[in-house]
This record gives sequence, C-alpha cells and structure tokens, in this order.
Amino acid sequence: METLITILIGVLVTVAVYLLLSRNLIRVILGSAILSHAIHLLIMTMGGLKKGDAPLLGENSNSYTDALPQALILTAIVISFAVTAFLLVLAYRIYKETGTDNLNELRGFNDE
Amino acid sequence: MIILLAILTPFLAATFIPALYKRFPSRHIGWFVMLVPLALFILLASFVPSIAGGAKYTYEFKWIDSAGINITTYLDGLSMIFGLLITGVGSLVILYSIYYLSERESLGRFYVYLLMFMGAMLGVVFSDNLMVLYVFWELTSISSFFLIAFWYHRKQSRYGAKKSLLITVSGGVAMLAGFLILHALTGSFSIREITSTIGQYTDDKLFVYAMILVLIGAFTKSAQFPFHIWLPDAMEAPTPVSAYLHSATMVKAGIYLVARCTPLFGGEALWFYLVSGVGLFTLFWGALNAVRQTDLKALLAYSTISQLGLIMSLLGIGSAALQEIGQVNTFIFTGAAFAGLFHLINHSTFKGALFMVVGIVDHELGTRDIRRLGGLIAFMPLTFTISVIGSFSMAGLPPFNGFLSKELFFESVANLIDSNVFSIGAWGTVFPVIAWVASVFTFIYCMIIVFKTFMGKPKSERIDQGAHEPPLGMHIAPLILSALVLGIFFFPNLVGSYLLKPAMASIYPMFEGVEGLVPHISVWHGFKLPLLMTIGVVVLGTVLYLTLPRWKWVFSLGPMRWNLDALYNGILMKSEKTSHLVTSKYMTGHLRDYFAYIFLFFIIVIGGGLYWIGGFPFDFSDDAPITLNEYIIVASMAIAAIFILFAKSRTTAILLNGVLGYSIAILFVVLRAPDLALTQIVVETVTTVLFLVCFYFLPDWKKETASKPTKFINALIAILVGTIVTVFALVVQGNPLFDSISVYFEDAYNLANGLNIVNTILGDFRAFDTMLEVVVLFIAGIGVFTLIKLKSGKGEKDIED
Repeated sequence: METLITILIGVLVTVAVYLLLSRNLIRVILGSAILSHAIHLLIMTMGGLKKGDAPLLGENSNSYTDALPQALILTAIVISFAVTAFLLVLAYRIYKETGTDNLNELRGFNDE
Repeated sequence: MIILLAILTPFLAATFIPALYKRFPSRHIGWFVMLVPLALFILLASFVPSIAGGAKYTYEFKWIDSAGINITTYLDGLSMIFGLLITGVGSLVILYSIYYLSERESLGRFYVYLLMFMGAMLGVVFSDNLMVLYVFWELTSISSFFLIAFWYHRKQSRYGAKKSLLITVSGGVAMLAGFLILHALTGSFSIREITSTIGQYTDDKLFVYAMILVLIGAFTKSAQFPFHIWLPDAMEAPTPVSAYLHSATMVKAGIYLVARCTPLFGGEALWFYLVSGVGLFTLFWGALNAVRQTDLKALLAYSTISQLGLIMSLLGIGSAALQEIGQVNTFIFTGAAFAGLFHLINHSTFKGALFMVVGIVDHELGTRDIRRLGGLIAFMPLTFTISVIGSFSMAGLPPFNGFLSKELFFESVANLIDSNVFSIGAWGTVFPVIAWVASVFTFIYCMIIVFKTFMGKPKSERIDQGAHEPPLGMHIAPLILSALVLGIFFFPNLVGSYLLKPAMASIYPMFEGVEGLVPHISVWHGFKLPLLMTIGVVVLGTVLYLTLPRWKWVFSLGPMRWNLDALYNGILMKSEKTSHLVTSKYMTGHLRDYFAYIFLFFIIVIGGGLYWIGGFPFDFSDDAPITLNEYIIVASMAIAAIFILFAKSRTTAILLNGVLGYSIAILFVVLRAPDLALTQIVVETVTTVLFLVCFYFLPDWKKETASKPTKFINALIAILVGTIVTVFALVVQGNPLFDSISVYFEDAYNLANGLNIVNTILGDFRAFDTMLEVVVLFIAGIGVFTLIKLKSGKGEKDIED
C-alpha cells in the first residue's frame, strides 16, 4: 500500500511541477493546489498506513494508526486552502489591473 | 561597578535626549548633554591619585559565563589616560558645539550619536574582555558613520561615511579573527589572563596570524598607511565631531589597542618592525601630503594621520624593551613608549584646539580654503593666538608641550642607531632620518596653518566685510585646551607621575615599580642630538616654507600621484558593477525561471545526495496489503492528474482537480483518517467553487505558448523531481531511524480528557500551532478582502525611482 501511494505521490508531484513551470497564472495556482495534495499524502504515508484503527479512543481498539501526521495534515489542508484562495484573488486582481494572466507579459509592467 | 556604570551612563543619557529635545528644541540642550561627560570626568579624576599609587580596579559582571564572555571592567593607568581624554575632550567639544551648531540642525540626533560614541569609546578602553571590547569597538565605527553622515543630504558626507565604515569595520572584523585565534590558543578572552599565559604560545604558528590580524584592526582604526584614506574624507563631519572623534579619541583606539597588546606581542621582531615601520612611514606620508592641502580641515586630517603615525612608531620602538629585559638598553626603549603616551596627551590638546580654530574660521567666513583666506589677524586676534599656540606646539617649538614630546621622540629614534635591537644594523640610522625629514614637513604645514590663514592680505571680499570674532562661548573650549598646552610645558612631570607612570606600568607589567621606567621630563638637557635636530628642523623648515612655490612640483612626481583613493573607488565600483551584472543574469523576472532554480537545486542536492550515498535500500516488507477498490482509487487519481496536463478547457482542468481532491478524501477514509476526510471534502468543495467564480472574471485558458525546447526542459525537470520524491520517500519508509512518538498521544484521554486523538493534538497538545494557523487564515482573509476592495491610491505617482 505504502509503495503504491508513494508512486501516486510521484505522479502528482510531476504534474504539479510541470504546471508550476507554466506561464499561465491559473496553471501555476492549480499546480500549487496539486502539490499540496501530494504533500498531504506524503506526510500520511510517512507515518505508515493502515497500521491500526482510526485514532478514536471511544472505539476501544487495540491499536490505533499514527495520529500525529493526521493532525499535521489537518493544519496543512487549511493553510493550503488559505494560500489557494489568496492566490486566486491575486490572479483576479492582476488580471483586472493589467489585462493579462500571462506571467511573461506581466514582466516589465510599471508596477513591477 | 562604578566603571560599568560610567560606560552605561552615556547610553542611558542618550535615550532621554529625544524626549528632552522634543520639549526644549533649542541649542541649550547641549548644556544637559555636557553634564554627562563632565560628571564622568570628575568621577574618573577622583581615581587619579589612587591609580598613580598603583591601584587597579576590576569589576566582573557575569554575562555569558559558559562561553567565557563576561563584562569585565578594568581601570588601570592606560585606560585612565584614555578615559580622561574621552570625557575631558568630550565635555569641551560639547561646549563648543553648543555655539557651533545652529538651532536649525537636528541637535537631538547629533547629541544621541555623540553620547552613543562616548559610551562605546569608554567601553573600548575599560573592557578587559576581548569580545566585549570588539562590540564596543564596532559601535564606535557605527556612531562615527552616523556622525560623518550627519549632513546626509551632502553627497560627500555620505561618501565619507561609507568609506570610513567600510574600512574601519573590515579592520574590526580582522581584529575579531585575531581575538578568536588568541582565544583558541589560550582559552581565554580576558586580556589580563592572556597576557599572563601568552609566553607559552609564542612559537605557535597561529600566533603570528593573531598578531597581524589584531594589527590590521588597530591600523585601520588609527588611519595608518595604507588605510589612512578614510580620515580626510571623514572631515565632512561637523567640526566638533572631527575634533572629538577624528583627532582626539576614536582614531586613538588603535593606539590604545597596540599599547594594550604590547605585553602580548611585544618582544617579537615582527611586531617591532610592523608597528614602528608602518608608524614611521605614516608619519612621513601624512606630513608630506598635509603640505599640499588647500582645505584647512584636510590639512589637519593629514596632520592627524601623521601624528598618529608618530605615536604608533614610538609604541613600536617601545615594544623592543620586552626583548631586552634586564639589559642596559631596556630603558631606552621604555622611554620611547613613554614619549608615545606623552605625545598622545599633547596631541589631543593642541590638535583639538586647532580643529576648533578651523571650525571658528569656517563658521565665521564660510570657507576653509587657505587660498581664499589671509589677514585674519586683524579681525580675530584671539583665534589667531590660539592657532599659534596649537600650531607651534605641533611643530615642536618651545614653550609648548609639543616641544617636550618631540624632543623625547627624537631621542628615542636617535637611540636606535647604536642599539642593534633585533639585529637592526644600519637600518637603525634610517629611523631618525625619516623622523627628521617628516618633522621638517610637519613644521612647514604648521606654518601654513598660521601664516596663510592669519597673515598677509585678505583675499576674499567677505573677510573685509564680515570677519569678526565669534561669540565668546566658542572660544572657551579651545582656550582651555591651549592653556593645557602651555601648562603641560611648564609642569610636565605632574602629568608624568600622575598619568604616565601608572600607564607605563600597564604597558610593562613586568617592570612595574622599577626605577627608571618613568624618566624625568626636563625642558633643557643640553646641546645634545635631539635639540640639534629640532634646530635643524626649524632652520630647514623655514627655508622650505619660504620657498614653497619653487619646489611644489615635487608633488606631481610619480610616487606622489599614487592614488589609494582611486584604488578604493575602483574596487568599489567594479564590485558593484560585477554584482549587478551577475544578479541581472539570473534575476530574470520570470516566475518560471525562479521555480526552475528551486527545482534544479532540489534535483542536484537531494538527487545528487542520494546517488552519492549510493545503494537504494528499499524495504517493502512492512507494506500494508492493498484491496481492489484501493487500486481503483489510486489509478483514477493518477489518470485524472495526468489528464489535467492535456485538458483543453480550464473547466475540465478544474473538474479533474476536483476528482483528485475528492479521491483523496476517500483515500483518507480508507486510511483511517475520518477527520481529514471531512475537512478535505469541505475544503475541496469551497476551492472548486472559488476556482469557478474566479474563471467568471478571468480570460479563457489559452494553449501553452512556450517553445518546444522549453516544454521539454520543463517536462524533464518535472519528471526528475517526481522520481526523486518517490525514490526518496521509499528509502525513508524502508529505513525508519526511530520509533514513532505518537504512542504518547494515545494517552489522550488521561492527558487532555478527549477521545479523538487528532482533535486533542490540535486543541491541546499543539494548541499554539492551531492558534497561529487561525492567524494565517485571518491574514489571508484580510489579503483577499484588500485585493478585492482596494482601489489604487492617488499617492502612487509621488514615488520616484
């Protein structure tokens, strides 16, 4: 399972990096969103997968899966959401001010 | 304890100045400021008798004890001289500045810097700990920077400030390296402890480096050749600053360091030759260059350089005494150090007075150019008198204190002829010759100060109209200094037994109390070589002064055009240009390039690192089993991700991204993470909606326009990064280095009274983290709001490049 997920992470990272290297602002934002998906999975996988039950003490299980990565990911999901939202609004504002979403055309604009 | 307070008082006073200045924005604020050095001067003076009796005061404040860095104050004879100079000249300079600076200047700022400097300088001379000394040392450079750039609207001021900062701080860093070497050798930062144990380490090859590095620090600070170039440019500072920092105190910090380190390094041939040689050449070079200056302040700057060289060379010769312990010659050399310390005090008195005189001329006439001055004696008799006292003292004429120390100087260099110390041989004769020639030039420029400024015919119309004596207050400080010039001449042995004797004991701790360490200074000691040398200086100097126009061509000769300034400017310009060139090469302004740098770095460091370590110890034995539905989820995610790259419309892309997000939520369910699944579903929904809303405003998704090679490189980078992440993650998984710490959290019910472990981590164990996360959300929210609402302001057009 871990190996399979890790390969999936590799695919996601590849896609995200390719998008980040693009010139289109929306593609870049999309890339950052996908990259955070990949990282969440990576943190999860590092803690080991399916090594016990869900970390709820009320379930009275013998062993629980690692709870710490989950807590970290929870934080990360929220933060990456904040970043994505901010970037999107930034893109909107840039387009409104400059009339383009192409990063190459942005260069040399007066407000640089 | 009281000395530590003395160091801190100026800093404390400086913090009150801004508030005080706000309430009383007048020049009279200077009177408050003056109280600080005056009180400290009286305090220090009260210690003079006991210091003269051989007492030393130490106080240790434990600071970073484990690293050996403690604030240890040490008051002995040597630091006493400097302490008195700093506070005494400081009081006079502040008194002078009250009348010199106009009320329109930002006086609050000026006095804050001045007090900061005063505290730092006291810190330098009273610190026994090398690290503390270093911090204060650099603080003097920084306050000097601020004071030179006090009139920062002038380009020359900023240039001079930057130059002095660059040179003195570089020297300071070299000195720091020297201190660290000393620490590495002896294991101590305390000067006294190092002095007592250094004898065992003089053969260590690091010892020489420590010596040279410390000397670079001293030479840059004391403007010795070839680092002297910053001092003339520092004259852009207001004249009180030049009188205080750049002649009486800060530039003497290097002298202090050399004197303080004499017990450490003295007795080494290299130290002897470096200190005395550099000092002597600086003496000569400074005097020679002073003669050709037309700006009075520049002339004084070169003369300061030259005089500092004189003191430096005397200390260098004095260090030879440690080589010749117990021999007849010993006291010949200690006499040189004695002369150096004596001249140090004398120089502060006459040079301070001269700077103030030049300040008065500048203040009253608006120029310091000797080509436009002349005949001022009729308008400013008092100023003239002071300048005669100062100049003649500097030229080494009786009845002024400069005569005494100059005679001692001649005696010291003349003694080298027969001494054959460090097998100096015939070179011993070179010393007195250079010293004598330099003194001739010293005589000439001293005459220039007096006669070109005050004699002859007035050359500027302004002199006829408006020249008159300044307010009396401006004369008080230089008058006190010139009274000292005369007073020391008539009672030199008062200075000798109260100030110089204990200071000599600090330079030569091993000779403390030995008879003969402190010579008796006498005005008349017969027709011996020193007196003949002085007479020769006067005769030849007068002749050369009168024929100055005829031999001025000397200054256009080859070596005289060696321009260290051009070298400095050239290096600065070249490095600025090169760095600009390099920076503009890689700072392209394209986001894509910056991303590429980051990923390439990742590939090289992580990928290269993996390859270098070699072997990829994969271990899949601990993998959890996979069910069919999991295969399906993962496969669909991979396909969705890849298809995003080829999506024709942005809606398709965003929907595929949605597929990814929801699939991850399902994965979280499978992987026993219910909280994550819930959060992921909510966030993914909102994100998708946000994207779609945004698309409403944004133009349609155009096809990637990048060229084929760029696309290929991008793809290559992407694949490499993805592969390395996968491989790296697999290697890490297969080789856990330690057990998970999560067992601790499984006790959540007892520790935090919660059943959901993830929630207790977020809400209890790592609550601070969560709070800051909320702050991040909040900031992002403000950002979003601002970006949507904010209209571009009207003020934008005011900003210039």
